[in-house]
Amino acid sequence: MELIALFFGAVLINNVILSQFLGICPFLGVSKKTSSAIGMGAAVTVVIVLASTITWVINKFVLTTLDIMFMDIIVYILVIASIVQLLEMLMKKFMPPLYKSMGVFLPLITTNCAVLGTVLMNINNGHDFVQMFIYSLGIPLGFTLVIFLFSSIRERLEHAPIPAPFKGLPIALIVATFMAAAFSALKGMF
Amino acid sequence: MKKIKNIFLTGAFYENPTFIGFLGMCPTLATTNSLSKAVGMALATIIVLVLSNFFISLIKSITPAEVRIPVYVIVIATLVKTLELMLAGFVPSIYESLGVFLPLIVVNCIVLGRAEAFASKSNPGHAVIDGLGSGVGFLLALSLIGFVREFLGTGGIEFVSYFDSSVKWISFSVIPGEYVISLLTQPMGAFLTLGLLAGTITGIRMTISKRKANAAKLAAGK
Repeated sequence: MELIALFFGAVLINNVILSQFLGICPFLGVSKKTSSAIGMGAAVTVVIVLASTITWVINKFVLTTLDIMFMDIIVYILVIASIVQLLEMLMKKFMPPLYKSMGVFLPLITTNCAVLGTVLMNINNGHDFVQMFIYSLGIPLGFTLVIFLFSSIRERLEHAPIPAPFKGLPIALIVATFMAAAFSALKGMF
Repeated sequence: MKKIKNIFLTGAFYENPTFIGFLGMCPTLATTNSLSKAVGMALATIIVLVLSNFFISLIKSITPAEVRIPVYVIVIATLVKTLELMLAGFVPSIYESLGVFLPLIVVNCIVLGRAEAFASKSNPGHAVIDGLGSGVGFLLALSLIGFVREFLGTGGIEFVSYFDSSVKWISFSVIPGEYVISLLTQPMGAFLTLGLLAGTITGIRMTISKRKANAAKLAAGK
């Protein structure tokens, strides 16, 4: 039961974008088309689950055991960068069509703060392995859900009569306000 | 001298990282619910930005082009961790209020962006000025957003000293409690304030450039 609450909390209530403000750059940058938003969401999901699992193991068995916690950020960011690079190489070799459609988003993920944010949050909150896995699955699913909804709205916004200075990102941010308001109404659920 | 002034003004105003570049959005939205938090975030970012620009510019000739991004990231991560440990030791109030966003300076697009776009191509002196310029632009933008959100959201500003919690640097309250817009201090208020301010600033810039174009047209007509 607790795990279910943790999962839905990560997806809906403490939504990574709308209430924790992580991963705003891809949220604003890669949400003009629905197809690219889904591609980004899928790539981020894979990277977050892998990165959280690997860093959790490293944190538990290397950093804490050797008492070199001061190396944490450097190790985590290297792990994330390597996973992104490796994923890119593997996809290029084994799944060329998928690589072609997702290729441009992959390098961007290294500097997506949602990835490093989830990794740090797992360790700061002292999650055990199962909790870590559930949480790291919920966060990117919430990311994908919100970026998909947002991109659908932005496709419509293209055709709306908006005052010139507000075209583009300013109106997108105002739309995000209402999405955040809607999501904050879910707070009482779990 | 003129070049140095230009580099600084470009970073701070003409290419303001927040309102024109839309870079580093995560800390901009997350740490601006009070002025003191916003200023603390911006100061921490300035320190990292200036030092990372300096060191990356120093090592630019011995950095192989293929692995430059990982090299930059390691330089930045080392600086951020050092800063985090120093703040935890000497200024715990900033360390606690920023939380996870302090280590996340590592993935702030402004820092990596300036390293790639400027520091890797210029001498250390100019790189420091560029870092300072972009940093000050970030500070101004965050202070503006933080001020608007805290002032309208709580009715006043309360800026407690970072070093001593009993000393208040700024403290006043103007709007009575029943008229404040408390929504602005909540997460959704961050999106709203940034959207409205960005739209307004774009509008002002459009008007100015239109006037300049008209003036140029008149001058050419004569």
